[in-house]
Amino acid sequence: MSSIKADVRRYIEDNFLLGAGAAAPGDDDSFLEHQVLDSTGFLELVAHLEETYGIKIGDDDMVPENLDSLNAIEAFVQRKQGGAE
Amino acid sequence: MSAQPLGPAVLNYDCEAEAQRICEWIPRVLTQRLRRRGLVVAISGGIDSSVCAALSVRALGPKKVFGLLLPEQDSSGFSTERGRLLAEHLGIEYQVHDIAPALAALGCYTQRDEAIRRVIPAYGEGWKNKIVIAGGTEGGINFFKLVVQSPAGEQQTVRLPLKEYLQIVAATNFKQRVRKTMDYYHADRLNYAVVGTPNRLEYDQGFFVKNGDGSADLKPIAHLYKTQVYAMARHLGLPEAICSAVPTTDTYSLPQGQDEFYFALPYAQMDLALWALEHQRSAEELGQALGISTAQAQRVYDDIRAKRRATEYLAAAPELIGDGPAQAA
Repeated sequence: MSSIKADVRRYIEDNFLLGAGAAAPGDDDSFLEHQVLDSTGFLELVAHLEETYGIKIGDDDMVPENLDSLNAIEAFVQRKQGGAE
Repeated sequence: MSAQPLGPAVLNYDCEAEAQRICEWIPRVLTQRLRRRGLVVAISGGIDSSVCAALSVRALGPKKVFGLLLPEQDSSGFSTERGRLLAEHLGIEYQVHDIAPALAALGCYTQRDEAIRRVIPAYGEGWKNKIVIAGGTEGGINFFKLVVQSPAGEQQTVRLPLKEYLQIVAATNFKQRVRKTMDYYHADRLNYAVVGTPNRLEYDQGFFVKNGDGSADLKPIAHLYKTQVYAMARHLGLPEAICSAVPTTDTYSLPQGQDEFYFALPYAQMDLALWALEHQRSAEELGQALGISTAQAQRVYDDIRAKRRATEYLAAAPELIGDGPAQAA
């Protein structure tokens, strides 16, 4: 697994699942559909991504296509780091 | 029986029959459950608290209803003006208590302004602010923007980082909680119960502050859609200034509509969406009724469900292990 996905999965486990027994999301699982994150949770996640990967997430980036699964986040962060956007 | 076409008419109801039902319920609840002698109603000048106060007076008479007007430094002057108008119209005893000094002592304004200055360093004396919601209705993820206006009238808008957003909201929530403290001071003094004034949309969607405006002994209009509350205001013959008041939060210093801050759509459309969801109408049908796409209507449904989940704890009793200790009957 990529380090981005592993890091974000660990972040979700540490901050949102809190060892309560829920399974960590699979790579393509929607955080919204599986009720892993609510809107405040996404804001926490965005702050974590900006801080950890040194990227700036704009208003237009705040869409499920970029942030709603581990795979989506990995692709999004890599695009941001590569300066593609 | 064919389903009623989805449109504003689904919210029509018999105001007089409903007013009678509520006014029979209030004294029954007061005597059998709450064991109190009257009602305290905090009057904001808006439609919901005005209708609650009017129904309270109709149920108990003006001598058993005490009105409270609780402005602070960000309140619109129109709110207090309309509140006084209503109290005079209903003939109730009322008190105006400026809660700004209490809020200042608690740090409400300084904590809020400190968080704002972390994102807009120039913010200071004479500036105004509000928070607006963004993202959700365009298919994105909900987030919040801070809008500030300098004394010269120039506006700036920035997306709020989580920490600053939470601090601004936490500081602002002092307002609703201090108001509730005042409600209960007077309720204890008079041996009255406190009326909570949410309408169905607010109650369903968790648009209230826990232990603030969410706290009350009875909530007489929590089953009525906001559209129905406006109809009730007219039925009860409330002053025109109140019947035509535009719903605002009256919490931030810049004018802020409730739909800017919290709801996906203006209240009349939100009412219809909530009714449609509760009556299992499809997103396609809602979209046609509101003049929006099926995808947009689906996002409104999703947003309603998401807000229900996110705010469920606001109205819940504290969690206990097991059944907890037995409550006295």
